[in-house]
Amino acid sequence: MYNEKVLKVFQNPSNAGELQDANGVGTIGNASCGDIMKIYLKIVDDVIVDAKFKTFGCAAAIATASVATDMVIGKTVDEALKIKNADVVDFLGGLPPQKIHCSVLAEEAIHAAVEDYRNRQQAK
Amino acid sequence: MRVYLDNSATTRLDNDALEAMLPYFTEKYGNPSSLHSFGREALKAVDEARAEIASLIGAKTNEIYFTSGGSESDNWALKGAIYQSKAKVKHIVTTAIEHPAIIETCEYLEKKDGVKVSYVPVGKDGRVDVESIKNAVTDDTVIVSVMFANNEMGAIQPIKEIGAFCREEGILFHTDAVQAMDSQAIDVNDLNIDMLSMSAHKFHGPKGIGALYIRSGVRIERLIAGGHQERRGRAGTTDTPLIVGMAAALKKAVAMRDEVNARVQKLRDDFIDRVLKEIPYTYLNGGREHRLPNNINFSFGYIEGESILINLDLNGIAVSSGSACSSGSLEPSHVILALGVPEELAHSSIRFSLGRDTTEEEMEYTFNVLKETVEKLRSISPLFNMEKGTGSYV
Repeated sequence: MYNEKVLKVFQNPSNAGELQDANGVGTIGNASCGDIMKIYLKIVDDVIVDAKFKTFGCAAAIATASVATDMVIGKTVDEALKIKNADVVDFLGGLPPQKIHCSVLAEEAIHAAVEDYRNRQQAK
Repeated sequence: MRVYLDNSATTRLDNDALEAMLPYFTEKYGNPSSLHSFGREALKAVDEARAEIASLIGAKTNEIYFTSGGSESDNWALKGAIYQSKAKVKHIVTTAIEHPAIIETCEYLEKKDGVKVSYVPVGKDGRVDVESIKNAVTDDTVIVSVMFANNEMGAIQPIKEIGAFCREEGILFHTDAVQAMDSQAIDVNDLNIDMLSMSAHKFHGPKGIGALYIRSGVRIERLIAGGHQERRGRAGTTDTPLIVGMAAALKKAVAMRDEVNARVQKLRDDFIDRVLKEIPYTYLNGGREHRLPNNINFSFGYIEGESILINLDLNGIAVSSGSACSSGSLEPSHVILALGVPEELAHSSIRFSLGRDTTEEEMEYTFNVLKETVEKLRSISPLFNMEKGTGSYV
């Protein structure tokens, strides 16, 4: 049901782990639903200079987290917010229909991380 | 290395069963319902197969009705018994851990026909309490249906006690024995079983064939209308090669039973002990006693089951998972939840179902890959702290 690309990314995901000096962190989902997506962003002068993820979830969730974090690195915050789950799915060459919600989690987690960053900036 | 640990999903077709089947595809292809010599030679094979299967469960030849498999047998037993009954109020007693072929048939009968159904819960060990069955039965109970052994966590149910109770009360007793045919000694009279579902591909027979044992004297409405096959019980051209293969496979499985059970159970127990000892935050689903000799079902804390399954698969190991993600539904396995396992752990459940071909070397390889897999997935889980080596769900 998964294509080769998804399996390859799942097996060797990029940006897996915590980002110690992140200044924007977003978490979406909960364990009882079977999915948690946590995205760490390090933002300097409105540019995302680094991103990492931690995921409790299926192979699709892990693969989309990997691709989504790859996509946001080097982008401005506004550019990153324009990335849609469909872009991640396209990059992976498609996902089984019941897995599309996993890619939505990645998009939502990025939005949550950016919101966290903005809240922290305002608090300063 | 390729390791097949999904024998509860299906098994390899036995070579002797295949050999027995082959002539009935190409040479002896007659329709067993035909009067001519082509038909008669096919009918002879079907009769012999029916007698063989009957004798292996202590039944009479004319009590075996061939079907397309376990699901059809389950559907037929329940719908057939309910539609045969002329009672105004009809009630079914079953358990919370039945196969979907039973659960969904019950739900269909509830919705379509207003049948009342009691889904009796099970204990932590996955077994239903006979007293709970007795308490669930009412004056309106038409049929009690309890699976022989569970497909997900392998709990063997107290069939003999339930059978004795139903006999005493004069209530029909059906058991879905799909997972139990190869490893459990089954005598329908000793166990007081009125109807029993089986499926050939679970015991190294071909796919697409099964049977329903119906005790003589028990009348149920037929599901598939048409010709007069199966004593007018189930229409459809008799599938000679599959029936021959099914009988050959069951005969062999029963002959090998004790030897296979002992060998497989040792592999199972060693694996369970090792995983519990060497992989932290791992939980065995279901009890260790009254468990199918080939069944292992674990939940692994702080990681999700489907990703474990895929990572094992990428290393050549085939297992199945009770996670919602692997089934396409949103809910994790109803069976694992019925054990009282919390949802987050139900999502992480993995079933390893061994078979008579499983070797020690395969289990050693599987253990090593599993250990690496769990560590890898925990290292990227937001619920687990690798440095401290502990996790938290909150």
